[in-house]
Amino acid sequence: MKMNQIVFPLALALAATLATTGCKHTPVKVTQIPGSQAGPVGDGNGSGTLPPGSAINGDGGGTGINTAPGGGGTAGLDMFDGMIKDPAALAANTVHFAFDSAAIKKSEDANISAVASALSANTNDKLLIEGNCDERGTEEYNRALGERRALAAREALAKRGVSPERIRTISYGKDKPADPGHDDAAWSKNRRADFVLLHPKP
Amino acid sequence: MKKNIFNFLIICLVAVAFTGARAQDEIKIEHTGNFFGQKPIPVSLSGFTGEGAEVLKFDLAVQGFSFVTPDAAQYLISGSDAGAVTGSLTDKFTKRVLLSRSYNGASLRRQAHAFADDIVFAITGKKGIGQTKIAYKSQPAGYGVGEIYVADFDGANAQRITTDNAIVAKPAWAPGKLALYYTSYALDNPDIFYHSLTTGKRSKIAAYSGLNTSAAVSPNGSKIAMVLSKSGSANIWVCNADGTNLKQISHGDEDSSPTWSPDGSWICFATKHSERRRLAKVPASGGTVQYLNTTGAPNPTEPDWSPDGKWIAFTSQMHDFNVCVVPVDGSMAPAVLVEGQNPSWSPNSRTLVFNRSMGYRQVLSVLDVFTKQYKDCARATGSSSQPAWAK
Repeated sequence: MKMNQIVFPLALALAATLATTGCKHTPVKVTQIPGSQAGPVGDGNGSGTLPPGSAINGDGGGTGINTAPGGGGTAGLDMFDGMIKDPAALAANTVHFAFDSAAIKKSEDANISAVASALSANTNDKLLIEGNCDERGTEEYNRALGERRALAAREALAKRGVSPERIRTISYGKDKPADPGHDDAAWSKNRRADFVLLHPKP
Repeated sequence: MKKNIFNFLIICLVAVAFTGARAQDEIKIEHTGNFFGQKPIPVSLSGFTGEGAEVLKFDLAVQGFSFVTPDAAQYLISGSDAGAVTGSLTDKFTKRVLLSRSYNGASLRRQAHAFADDIVFAITGKKGIGQTKIAYKSQPAGYGVGEIYVADFDGANAQRITTDNAIVAKPAWAPGKLALYYTSYALDNPDIFYHSLTTGKRSKIAAYSGLNTSAAVSPNGSKIAMVLSKSGSANIWVCNADGTNLKQISHGDEDSSPTWSPDGSWICFATKHSERRRLAKVPASGGTVQYLNTTGAPNPTEPDWSPDGKWIAFTSQMHDFNVCVVPVDGSMAPAVLVEGQNPSWSPNSRTLVFNRSMGYRQVLSVLDVFTKQYKDCARATGSSSQPAWAK
């Protein structure tokens, strides 16, 4: 009993039923499709052109983005507002990860210690940890994995006495490769957490 | 039509049950083995030469039809796309004309899509997908900054709807509305925004510390499931459509890609359990996590629940990515359909839009699940991925 053997007689039966609504001598019916142009998201009436998205912050001349009644968040992010990013300071201390892993390797101890020392030496500074992945994973899985790597680095710093409140995490998934290549050498460079020192506004 | 096939199968199974166990076993093997390798319905196409022919071939191929000579065809499609679309559909064996119609207004493409929809309905009794829309992201470099686009389901009439020059991700339609939710790094953090396509107005739905991504809208539009890391790990959270009433509903180490059951009572997502990547489902109000059986399709991610409730499409990863489908009730092993990722169901639960690799960029493609026929969407510059089918 093959599927097409089922489909075939069934289709014939269905066709016969449907055919009772029309035959060779039925005059051609006309379907009027409203609208002069099929719009990209047109419902048939559309002009076809979408309005531009409102500005994402209020100072661009556009409509400012609204915060949802629920607040939409920003909790915990406000304290980082306006801080100056210094990606160079800790560029040498990037930690790297094994494939599909967010575990901080023993070999990364020196880097974690160096970052912890920098933060304890500059008590007004804060830290942004950027979690990244190689390209060998699905996009949203990698976005979660990158976040997990950044959070694992934050946890390692907390164990060395850095207050987690001073640390913000961001995952770029596979969107910010250190090396845009497509081989093992590039991938091992891309599985990483970068540390960006944040200085207070002068 | 599919329901009819199921009913017919049940009748066959019942009939065969009386003829002995051996025959029944044969039926079962045929059922699982052929389910996703069905033969397309052969049709012939004559009289269409231009854009109309192109549209009809695309629409019908991704809804289970193949194009053959009139001799080999089960149905004959003839007509014209000179100026406007006029066409008829004849059942070759009964000689009956099932459809005879001309189309007026809009564009020629739209008329051809409407004719394709009428053909699909006349033959299968199902609503066609010819006039549906998709949203997706497109990245010029294949990674990094990109924008959100909206287009016809076949990729035509694409229009950019963001101009933020920021990393964007995972657009999702508000059901029955011209509105999207998506992730954007425009404010230097992955945050979730709501964007009305009729007014252009945007609002911030989730911008908590850490990750805010993968918005999925409940079928009645009232709730959003998403991935947040505000609790210290990436987990599934649910809030109202406006961002209020936030609640954490999963507690795994690495949860991603929520999708709703059509009745709104379950959320399926990708997670890790006992060191293995798994698909799981949890009541939308929170509760006990149940793991799905996807044995044979390793490293599942990106689940998408079909609107008819029966299937979960997802991405499996070995060396390459594969689009797979598994029945929600576990009655069949997962089927590997085609190389690709990010599957999203059409409103009629028969077709998937997904993205597949072409060199180092991604192209959108449309797949007929039951015949495994697929066609690439209209070429766009850069790399296009994470398509979402408007429902």
